[in-house]
Amino acid sequence: MYTFSNRLKIGAIVAMVLGVICLAYGFISAPSTVEESKAIMAASHDDGHGGGHGEEASHGEGQEADYMEESGHGAAGEHGEAHNAEHDEHVFHQLQNRPWSALYVAAFFFFMISLGVLAFYAIQRAAQAGWSPLLFRVMEGITSYIVPGGIIMFVLLVLSVLHMNHMFTWMDAEVVAHDELIQGKTGYLNPTFFLIRAAIFLGGWIAYRQYSKKLSLAQDEADDNKNFKLNFRISAAFLVFYLISESMMSWDWIMSLDPHWFSTLFGWYVFASMFVSGITVIAMVTIYLKSKDLLPEVNNSHIHDLAKFMFGISIFWTYLWFSQFMLIWYANIPEEVTYFVTRIEDYKLPFFGMLALNFIFPLLVLMNSDFKRVNWFVIMAGIIILFGHYMDVFNMVMPATVGENWYLGVPEIGGILLFGGFFVFWIFTALTKESLTPKRNPFIEESKHFHY
Amino acid sequence: MASKVIHAVYNDDDILMHAVKKVRAEHHHIEEVYTPFPVHGLDKAMGLADTRIAITSFMYGCLGLIVAITMMNYIMIEDWPQDIGGKPSFSYLENMPAFVPIMFELTVFFAAHLMVITFYLRSRMWPFKKAENPDKRTTDDLFLMEVGVHDNEDALKNLLLDTGAIEVTVTEKEA
Repeated sequence: MYTFSNRLKIGAIVAMVLGVICLAYGFISAPSTVEESKAIMAASHDDGHGGGHGEEASHGEGQEADYMEESGHGAAGEHGEAHNAEHDEHVFHQLQNRPWSALYVAAFFFFMISLGVLAFYAIQRAAQAGWSPLLFRVMEGITSYIVPGGIIMFVLLVLSVLHMNHMFTWMDAEVVAHDELIQGKTGYLNPTFFLIRAAIFLGGWIAYRQYSKKLSLAQDEADDNKNFKLNFRISAAFLVFYLISESMMSWDWIMSLDPHWFSTLFGWYVFASMFVSGITVIAMVTIYLKSKDLLPEVNNSHIHDLAKFMFGISIFWTYLWFSQFMLIWYANIPEEVTYFVTRIEDYKLPFFGMLALNFIFPLLVLMNSDFKRVNWFVIMAGIIILFGHYMDVFNMVMPATVGENWYLGVPEIGGILLFGGFFVFWIFTALTKESLTPKRNPFIEESKHFHY
Repeated sequence: MASKVIHAVYNDDDILMHAVKKVRAEHHHIEEVYTPFPVHGLDKAMGLADTRIAITSFMYGCLGLIVAITMMNYIMIEDWPQDIGGKPSFSYLENMPAFVPIMFELTVFFAAHLMVITFYLRSRMWPFKKAENPDKRTTDDLFLMEVGVHDNEDALKNLLLDTGAIEVTVTEKEA
């Protein structure tokens, strides 16, 4: 049995408290009127911070889509006083969105880790994998976060629907009234159906997680393999549900932030991100528990396999990222290419930086077979991969919600601290509840002798 | 120079593995083992050094990447500048997304093919080469261990029979 070490517990609580303070600061310092927003923008330009943000000239391409949404974009001649007022209001909304987006990105990132682990766990169950049963309790511990994490996501979505923020422009009736493209999508993209879908997805994921965990524990006490077989069947069924719901979730929760833009492989792209982050966290938690002598039967072949997945799925992520990018870049269709134009113009460093962190770094560092067995090496690579995928989510959300007024500052770090601390607190509390080694899994012997 | 060797024939890979470990424990020199299929863990049991083919593969991959970049730069940018996707930038870097599939393919192509060729050469296998295995049955269902003899013929013979060899023969080997 694992007991939650006091140092880790205090660390997690301190992180949560610091996170709340940082986020509170973010919300308080966000402007509450257009005048305040103008003052902030003026001050930030005097500081010379933000490298040419808000220059009218740079608005030509990147921000065109946003103007279309907010102002209907009349003839060029009308761009005068009215335009400036529109612009100020637009910037005001973006600045107001910033602490919300910081909260949203961090909440989604840690939720997505547990969802990625759930998918990995279901695959192990459905494949009746022989190497992994020793890690099932670790995975079940990490997926426990899907319950509070999912509820937090749902609350954030409800708050968006209630117009507490301006992240999802299509939720604003005023915007929809002037936007034919969004009008054409209202059959799917309307607040009620949006929340119903979110409830169905979360309900399905949480139900599978709880039921599978229950069967997994029942198998330990049983004298036949009934629970194991049932778990196999529901896991296979869950994977079908998951692949559809995860894809739709990524359209709803992320892609709809840019309601004009769409990409058919967006769901897979988000999936690759959550899958690699999830596997990385499994490896890190396993190594942590092993360093406390709590998983004596996990050997370095298990770590090697997890690190191979980290390596392979990082490349898979790059493949999907590039497949999406190249087609849009090549075709150069204005309504599609705005997505990347905004990112390359306003997010150059995070956009290309995360590509280095998520592709080149794991490619070079985890390529050598021997390094995949060195625990501290896997942990260091894991930290970089997790940061890279946080930046990936950041790049998916921020350009749509705060535009060029982004900054990796106090509210963003606060979001990471709050949800990171909560995530650690919750999963390690869950890990204390059950024995870390499944007793009667039919493949447990194979897993104990797993050797590569 | 001809040297004396013992050929011990086995009919099971598990028995062979135990035999290899036992013969090595008694400090005899195993020159080679011929098997009809790759036996998992045999290299470790025989004490062979780890393969370095992965490193060559990495270098071949880098070579393929360089070839792809140089080739595409010459063909598409320098020799006959192309307007790619309506973006006449005539710069390799700005057109790179279009070249990435070729860069990837040639990296894989070079790494895979040159690695296989390296493996064949390192294993001393080339066309029209006379087969090295002393007994044709090792390509079907038997395993053969070749041990060097140094004035200990009888002791070695008994040891090998003890380990479960079904046939033990002493022959002169052409060096």
